[in-house]
Amino acid sequence: MRERLATLGRRHEGRLALLVLVCAGFFAAAAPGFRSPGNLMNLLESHAVLGILAAGLLVVLIAGGIDISCAAIAAVSQYVVALCLIRWGGNWGLALLLAVGFGSALGVVNAVLVHTLRAPPVIVTIATMTFYSSMLLFCTGGATLDELPDWFTLKLSILTVPLPVLIAGAALGMTAFMLHRLSLGRQIFALGGNPEAARRMGCNIAGLQCFVYGFSGAMAGLAGLVQAYRVEEAAPGAMAGRELDVLAAVVLGGASLTGGRGTVSGTVLGIVLLAMLRNGLTLMGVSSYAFGWVTGVVLLLSMAAASASQWRLRNGGRHAL
Amino acid sequence: MPSDDKGTPGARRDPATTLLAGLILGAFVIFGAASPGRMFAGDTWRAMAFQLPELGLLTLAMMIPLVSGGLNLAIIATANLCGLVMAAILTRLIGPASPGLAVAGIVVLAMLAGLGTALLVGLLNGAMVSLMRVHPILVTLGTMILVNGISVAASHGGVISGFPPAILFLGNGTVLGVPVSLLFFGLFAGAVGLLLARTPLGVGVRLVGSNEPATRFSGVDTSRVLIMVYLASGVLSWVAALVMIGRFNSARAGYADSYLLITILAAVLGGVDPFGGFGRVRNVVLSLLLLQVISTGFNLLGLSPRLTEAIWGATMVGALLIARIRLVRAERRERHALP
Repeated sequence: MRERLATLGRRHEGRLALLVLVCAGFFAAAAPGFRSPGNLMNLLESHAVLGILAAGLLVVLIAGGIDISCAAIAAVSQYVVALCLIRWGGNWGLALLLAVGFGSALGVVNAVLVHTLRAPPVIVTIATMTFYSSMLLFCTGGATLDELPDWFTLKLSILTVPLPVLIAGAALGMTAFMLHRLSLGRQIFALGGNPEAARRMGCNIAGLQCFVYGFSGAMAGLAGLVQAYRVEEAAPGAMAGRELDVLAAVVLGGASLTGGRGTVSGTVLGIVLLAMLRNGLTLMGVSSYAFGWVTGVVLLLSMAAASASQWRLRNGGRHAL
Repeated sequence: MPSDDKGTPGARRDPATTLLAGLILGAFVIFGAASPGRMFAGDTWRAMAFQLPELGLLTLAMMIPLVSGGLNLAIIATANLCGLVMAAILTRLIGPASPGLAVAGIVVLAMLAGLGTALLVGLLNGAMVSLMRVHPILVTLGTMILVNGISVAASHGGVISGFPPAILFLGNGTVLGVPVSLLFFGLFAGAVGLLLARTPLGVGVRLVGSNEPATRFSGVDTSRVLIMVYLASGVLSWVAALVMIGRFNSARAGYADSYLLITILAAVLGGVDPFGGFGRVRNVVLSLLLLQVISTGFNLLGLSPRLTEAIWGATMVGALLIARIRLVRAERRERHALP
């Protein structure tokens, strides 16, 4: 037991969990109203979209790629789905199918470009992000769609858990199952760890790339849909600039840009930490302007801690030899 | 990477330069035919000359870290913080009754404070990238959020405006008909070009971008090189801040945010190797010119600036495609050359 606790303390997730607990304890004591179930649910609900996007980005990062276009894909598929629902009606099943389908199609475009051009994914997805988001603004003229059907905007919840939180939970749970339980997940880790080794092991690299970016696109489509549900409108600029927030959350959760590392539990803890900081500081009456630099400091410290433990690991290994 | 001679000074034929020059010429012909008379009017050229330097200086600030194999997501946040620091000093200390000499002193003080801020952020970036060995995208994402946060917390998201004529001159003035900001851009583009191509530091930057461990083991102090890279990037952000506050007569957190990823596109379109190691200022300047001509041409045709950005994105993918085709062809040729 003690040994397991010790390994947990050495792992990034373990330390992050400790930090989350400390933060939660602090805010529960210091911020009035933080503990109320209503507030906690609110906190989760307002970060559900971020969580869904993070699930997609995490998978891409583990595979050694990056997807800067996720927020742009979310905005585009949100608008397209909203347009379809307003024009032809439909139901939740159809809406989910459309959002996931359209999002993953745009994601596969990224995969095809990354694979055939052999260019760094960060450059390719910046290019597609620019293309998608400016085409959306150009084609729509920036007009917001707010006549969404009533069945869509009706606020749903199961046992007081609102729909966005349920969807985010399902998305993250599914991602965790896929990454840590399926052979597909092992292949994604292998691809991120060493693409050449993965290829020689018999992984279909092109197929995996398509899956990974398609998955990120699908999650982006889902996130766009949930965002439209939450704010009851589809605005072309709604998700602009969110891609870097998502990246910050996933990195806080311990994923690295070199691939092969990252867990869903870490990502969830990263998002919960950011959500608690924003919510707790606001409730404590700290100016909302302070949130930005606090996030920056937390992010930089987390990276410093992760790098220090990597360094110790390397040096420890050398001593053992 | 291909064994061609990008980045080595004195290389005679650079296909990227020819390609970019051809594209610019083509764009001029197309837009000249589409809106005859207006594309070559003096006003159009003046507008282009005033629009180019801002994105240009920021692209130079992005280019140096790119050549070193990194990236600096904090350039615009740095520029805005510098702008706010300078604006705060300028508006607080200069009163309506300040004598001319005092104003001059305060302007110099403000500029030095801005430079100091930029160097501080650059030092933070450089130290974290070199010491922690964390990918620069992540380090600079963190500093971007931190620096933006400081700007927002200090200014409460508000605008600071009303500067003395000396500052406005940097953004809007002309010398012999040439905008001062364009002169600044030319000056710093030349300086960065010399730095990268002709100095030991520049060689170090390119070597670190090609293979950091190999460079370290061959006796180059790579930590020092990386710190210098991010300091230089900070200084260029500061120059961009000077031009920006002069042009808008105001400073605010969040100005020019949408330029961040465009600067990466501009640099990579200009032949900077996104994996690091190679990059020529000459080609980056040409790619900036190309983007500017496309943007102005579309503007003259009455098309939305949004469409322009979409075309920029598509141009980028096209440039990557051309680079890929060229690489595949070169590899095939090499294979055929073998006995």
